[in-house]
Amino acid sequence: MIPVEYYLALSATLFSLGILGVLLRRNALVVFMSLELMFNAGNLAFITYARMFGTISAQVVVFFVMTVAAAEVAIGLALMVEIFRTKHSIDLDQMNTLKG
Amino acid sequence: MSMSFTDFLTILPPAIVAAAAVILLTVDLFIPQNRKGITALLAAFILAAALGVNLAMMGRDLPAAFNGMAVLDGFAIFANTIILVSGLGGIALAYNYLRRMNLERGEYYPLMLFSTAGMLLLNQAYDLIIVFLAIELLSIPLYVLAGLARPRPDSEESALKYFLLGTFSSAFLLYGIALIYGATAHTNLAEIVAAVAGEPVNQTLFVVGAAMVLVGLGFKLSAVPFHMWAPDVYQGAPTPVTGWMAVSVKVAGLAALLRLFVMIFPSLAASLSPVLAVMAGLTMIFGNLLAVVQNNIKRLLAYSAIANVGYLLMAFVPYADARVASDAVAATLFFMVGYAFTSFAAWAVVIAVEKAEGKGLNIADFAGLGRKNPLLGAAMTIAMLSFTGVPLTLGFWGKFYIFRAAVEGGSIVLALIGLLTSLLSAYYYLRVVVVMYMQPGDPGAEREPWINLLAVVSAAVTLLAAFIPGQLLDLAAKAILKLL
Repeated sequence: MIPVEYYLALSATLFSLGILGVLLRRNALVVFMSLELMFNAGNLAFITYARMFGTISAQVVVFFVMTVAAAEVAIGLALMVEIFRTKHSIDLDQMNTLKG
Repeated sequence: MSMSFTDFLTILPPAIVAAAAVILLTVDLFIPQNRKGITALLAAFILAAALGVNLAMMGRDLPAAFNGMAVLDGFAIFANTIILVSGLGGIALAYNYLRRMNLERGEYYPLMLFSTAGMLLLNQAYDLIIVFLAIELLSIPLYVLAGLARPRPDSEESALKYFLLGTFSSAFLLYGIALIYGATAHTNLAEIVAAVAGEPVNQTLFVVGAAMVLVGLGFKLSAVPFHMWAPDVYQGAPTPVTGWMAVSVKVAGLAALLRLFVMIFPSLAASLSPVLAVMAGLTMIFGNLLAVVQNNIKRLLAYSAIANVGYLLMAFVPYADARVASDAVAATLFFMVGYAFTSFAAWAVVIAVEKAEGKGLNIADFAGLGRKNPLLGAAMTIAMLSFTGVPLTLGFWGKFYIFRAAVEGGSIVLALIGLLTSLLSAYYYLRVVVVMYMQPGDPGAEREPWINLLAVVSAAVTLLAAFIPGQLLDLAAKAILKLL
């Protein structure tokens, strides 16, 4: 049996990697992948605690989160396709129409 | 695990809005393109119906529904009322504008309703999972709405920025909730309170979780240092979307923040109060300072919205003290009412002046508005005076009660910062008024019935309700937060 701390450490690592990805990468798709990583790190933490406490309710939460994440994928990819059509790029450094 | 009739009564306001939005989405298919006014009218009916149901629930004291997932207490009813009224305002903002800008797409009103349902659910959330789901239900339609003016690059860009940073903040919120769950073994607010009071919880996990929830909600509220998305999104999104979300997202986000902090985080006040104080101070300072240099009216109002969040946060820095907290909650609700009406007056005038292709949005474009359109000029003047906090407006009383709550809570330094930044804000708010009346020009403002009506009514309420601040505050004071 793998100790709980390992799962939590993995979850924290994934979450930090996600943050780094969002802050450092310039491609909107990669940023989006990093965001998904952060969501799934949250999921992993939830599942770990749910097993630790022996409750089922928190495991259900993970399904909610996955559904929400799927909805976000749909919106996010649609937005990126739309932007690629006008700008022929999804590089975040080129998102500079708005400033002031 | 049984469901009773009262369970359904409790979630009736968001349920009506969400279910009717689905139906509206279908009905809209059969409404011809030149009759989209019908969709707007139906959406307004739906919101009015939800408002009626919401008000009818006042004083019923329903128990927490669905095993403690949602409540409909006085606080939620009050916040719901603001959200639903501002939804009606949002429809009035949108109808003429969408027609004029050729943006009349059927999905606009259903998306607005979905987002409104999320906001209502957020006001009523009594479980951290519902908080997360409601925030997502609120945000996802807003990402689409921000990009509604596609293929205009600024609208698409604002949608992408809002989407990426909004999702980023949701991830923080989710991880925070997971950590709080790890610390207390519960996600229900009442059970978390019991767990914190009972067995010793893992304080580190609890504090880190609470801090991450604060980060997540701070993004939604655009509190400094999580504000950088707000000006871009507010500028790029279609103006009715901006005006409407500047009000209702803030109300819902703040309602969630108040409920979570006042209910489950009092034991963490030693660590969180200083953080809140710094956030409130920075938000007031940066919001007002950056607003001074703006020339685009949408950006100016965006920074003004940020600054207002600073004032709102200021009142409830000492949230752990129950008496102070209840005063702060009442003052906050009062301030939000004033902020909502003032904002709608201002945004309605902005929409009347705006031209196609994002023209007519510089402050210089307002030159001569006071003479050419006395009514719109007067509405904008009242809005700017109310934002500044000049007496005889609702904004003044809002700030007055907020400052009073802050001083009672012992945040003298913050109150001073608030006072000084309010003085500073007079410069950029009154600049708009000066341009409107003192400089010659013709803004060529549209004379559209719904926009004019909204501007006049909002300005009138801002002015007239200022004569009965006591009664309004009493109403807000009844909307207390308590455990069910």
